[in-house]
Amino acid sequence: MKQFSLGWTLIRVYTILVYVFMFTPIVVVIVLAFNPKQFGIFPMEGISLRWFVKLAQNDAIIEAFKNSLILGSLTAIISTAIGILAALAFIRFEFPGKNTLNTVLLSPIMIPEVVLGVALLLFLRFLQQPKSFALLLIGHVVLTLPYVLLIVQARLVGIKKEYEEAAKSLGANAFQTFKEVTFPLLLPAVLAGALFSFTISFDDITATLFWATAQNQTVPVKIFSMLRNSISPEINALGAVMIVLTVTTPLLAGYLSRKFSKVKD
Amino acid sequence: MKSDKWKPWALLAPSLSAILFLLVIPVCFIVVYSFWLRAPSGADIPAFQFGNYAKFFEDFFYPKILIRTIRISFETVVLCVVLGYIPAYFFYRSESRYKQAFLLLIMLPFWVSFIIRTMSWINIMGDSGLINHFLLKIGLIQSPISMLYNEFTVLMGLLMYLLPFMVLNIYVSLEGIDKSLLEAARSMGCTEWQAFREVTLPLSLPGVSAGCLLVFVLTAGTYLPPMILGGPSNDMIANLIFKRVIGTLDWPFGSAISVILLLLLFVIVWTYNRYLGINQIFKSLQGN
Repeated sequence: MKQFSLGWTLIRVYTILVYVFMFTPIVVVIVLAFNPKQFGIFPMEGISLRWFVKLAQNDAIIEAFKNSLILGSLTAIISTAIGILAALAFIRFEFPGKNTLNTVLLSPIMIPEVVLGVALLLFLRFLQQPKSFALLLIGHVVLTLPYVLLIVQARLVGIKKEYEEAAKSLGANAFQTFKEVTFPLLLPAVLAGALFSFTISFDDITATLFWATAQNQTVPVKIFSMLRNSISPEINALGAVMIVLTVTTPLLAGYLSRKFSKVKD
Repeated sequence: MKSDKWKPWALLAPSLSAILFLLVIPVCFIVVYSFWLRAPSGADIPAFQFGNYAKFFEDFFYPKILIRTIRISFETVVLCVVLGYIPAYFFYRSESRYKQAFLLLIMLPFWVSFIIRTMSWINIMGDSGLINHFLLKIGLIQSPISMLYNEFTVLMGLLMYLLPFMVLNIYVSLEGIDKSLLEAARSMGCTEWQAFREVTLPLSLPGVSAGCLLVFVLTAGTYLPPMILGGPSNDMIANLIFKRVIGTLDWPFGSAISVILLLLLFVIVWTYNRYLGINQIFKSLQGN
């Protein structure tokens, strides 16, 4: 392939411009988080950590972070657990209505989050239950389950059934086979699914805004309520902390798992 | 084999019941509620009447928002294809050893909260934002231009959210193309451009159309960019639902609007599935 032709150069420049477009808002948030002044956005007047200090002293924000972390972790655990089971059923067994059920389980991706938000809230209202942390948790499980299912299914297809059959023929029962053979082979997908659901839950705003209460605020909901006044360096600082957290976690996990698998070889 | 017919059902039980109780039944509730009445006191009265739907179509106010939603979604789809195809093609053809890093980078926005990506346009396009600051500094303008709170900024916010989905869908379908087909075309005398037009482009269309559907559906169901970056005249149908349900607590009417949104998307997805098949979309979401 001609990697140096005029056409290719144009493609490259175009791609770089799209990257600039995609990343400017993200970079700007991080840069402005260090903006010392109280009002207005640009120009920056030096570099300061005052807004990070202010964040760390703000109990409501610390509380929101705690909520988000607990919610994200529980969502990841539950979604991944039930997602693995469902993926096993779809890939390892034949049963009637398989394709339809698969589509049903993936359907939350295609249903607008607004509708999901209203639907669950309405159901709760019908049951005469108040909004609670549990509502956020079950809601987030529904939101993330399809992604876990997709990721784990894709990996499971690639794991040969023969391994499991070999284990069984050597006398392992179904649970031992899963624990000793399938699960270790599945681990990268399990981690990816768990991380993905953690981030989706941690970042979600569209549906969460319907389910959250003043007592159960997550970080995005907190940002949303702070935005009511106007944008401020404090919001940018909070945004920067979130970006660093949600971006480095998967990168770190990817790095660790690669290192881990190399050691094993 | 032994009778293990019950096994898949046991494995599926938790996720199926989750989806049944937390999605299917609640969505049925929306449909039921959309026929209910709202008493002046604010209480919901069980009924079977079409008043909420009649209210939606009674004058042009609500249908206009519906049409605007379709128009904005369509604009977003077109912009995503225009902005997304070339980068996806770049990843596909690139032989750089940083290819994986490039791909990872385009996925990165997925990991950054939607609300942060949306609100940051205020940092860029606000009165003291990046663009105004730059223009003032080079002396092109004397006072800040106001750029925020219109359909353009809403579109910017939407693009930020949806472009990665489009790039990913197109890239996945490009990756699936057998490269020997390209070589064959080239060896038979096609120019690079002809090979692209006759081989690569047609074979990548399933990814493009899957991306279009996904972007359309996600755009039509979102309310955050219009809420944060738009003015009152940029509301989309999801904003309407949010305002009715969270703002005025008008559950029956909010439900009716939700049903209308669902119907709109159902018609689109159904038509798409009938002619093109829906599985391509799920294929692209597996990789990340």
